[in-house]
Amino acid sequence: MSTKTPADPRPLSPFMLGQYYRFQWTSLLSFAHRITGIGLTIGAFLVVGWLIALAGGPQAYGMISTHVGAWYGQVLLFCWTWALMYHLGNGIRHLFWDVGMGFDLKAAERSGYAVVVASLVLTAAAWAVAYIG
Amino acid sequence: MAQFKLPANSTIDKAAGKVHKAPAGAKNVQTFKIYRYEPDTGANPRMDTYEVDMDNCGPMVLDALIKIKNEMDATLTFRRSCREGICGSCAMNIDGTNTLACIKPCDEISGDAKVYPLPHMPVIKDLVPDLTHFYAQLASIEPWLKTDSAAPTRERLQSEEDRAKLDGLYECILCACCSTSCPSYWWNSDRYLGPAILMQAYRWLVDSRDEATGERLDALEDPFKLYRCHTIMNCAKTCPKSLNPAKAIAEVKKMMVERKV
Repeated sequence: MSTKTPADPRPLSPFMLGQYYRFQWTSLLSFAHRITGIGLTIGAFLVVGWLIALAGGPQAYGMISTHVGAWYGQVLLFCWTWALMYHLGNGIRHLFWDVGMGFDLKAAERSGYAVVVASLVLTAAAWAVAYIG
Repeated sequence: MAQFKLPANSTIDKAAGKVHKAPAGAKNVQTFKIYRYEPDTGANPRMDTYEVDMDNCGPMVLDALIKIKNEMDATLTFRRSCREGICGSCAMNIDGTNTLACIKPCDEISGDAKVYPLPHMPVIKDLVPDLTHFYAQLASIEPWLKTDSAAPTRERLQSEEDRAKLDGLYECILCACCSTSCPSYWWNSDRYLGPAILMQAYRWLVDSRDEATGERLDALEDPFKLYRCHTIMNCAKTCPKSLNPAKAIAEVKKMMVERKV
């Protein structure tokens, strides 16, 4: 048994996604799922804020409405709509995986495309209903 | 905890890289940028550049590495043995994904061929990672046939259907390409077993001759050992043997649920 301890611990080999390990279609979607999940959690707090303002009377509601109606508010709302639709669709994809379906690499890649397309269509539909309907 | 940066002793010293030029007159040159770490000096890792004359080199990345070691720089260190994709020794990160150098054709790589050791592993030297922890995790799932019943007088028989359940599992060569491609394993390898080991766990769980299924499932019933798999699918994408650890892990999760209902 060696009593020698190395002066320096061994270096860690490079790993970072994108820089050293290429993003794969499936890993990209997995990260998008995590990031939209975080975004939706933040969004849920803001919805609560909006409800508090609603209960707080015309002045409070008017103030928050200005921000929601402003360009940045609309951009954020659009992002949240897409995040919701994507997270929902990908959640359903996860349910199929949970019963052991769709693990073939081709199937997993195709279901990913389907979720992205569906999320974009649903987002567009939601905004069409909001603006036109 | 998720780690997004290399520790200070692991960052690549860009200025320290050495350049080994191709021999004069070489017409078909491919550039290899290879991760180098010398434990004796304690200096940070660097990237050395090797210009390889591909007209006098075999087709695979391992051929190029051996040529470099033989003719350009004898200090380059890497593991290799069978050179035909069955031993798993030459697993490394080539051109941004993990694979076996011996079955990765050089002409599949566009631009400079970047070669690193398997990701997020302690490096012993150059392209040689320390796999001690990986092997300890394999030992922890007790990868052998366990029985309580009396030993038969001949082999333990298996139906063709039961034997077929091991297809796609027994072919694993334990090269660690999948586990070290998994972000979840990078960030939780102290407690998460990772795709390679979990697929081996399933290989014994699904074996009709094994009688320790309950015990094996008990050992995996843990928030980290099994459930850090988030179906990122990097494992199946990178497997040089085209196996599907993600599916095997899903089957283990199903077995966990099925024994409760």
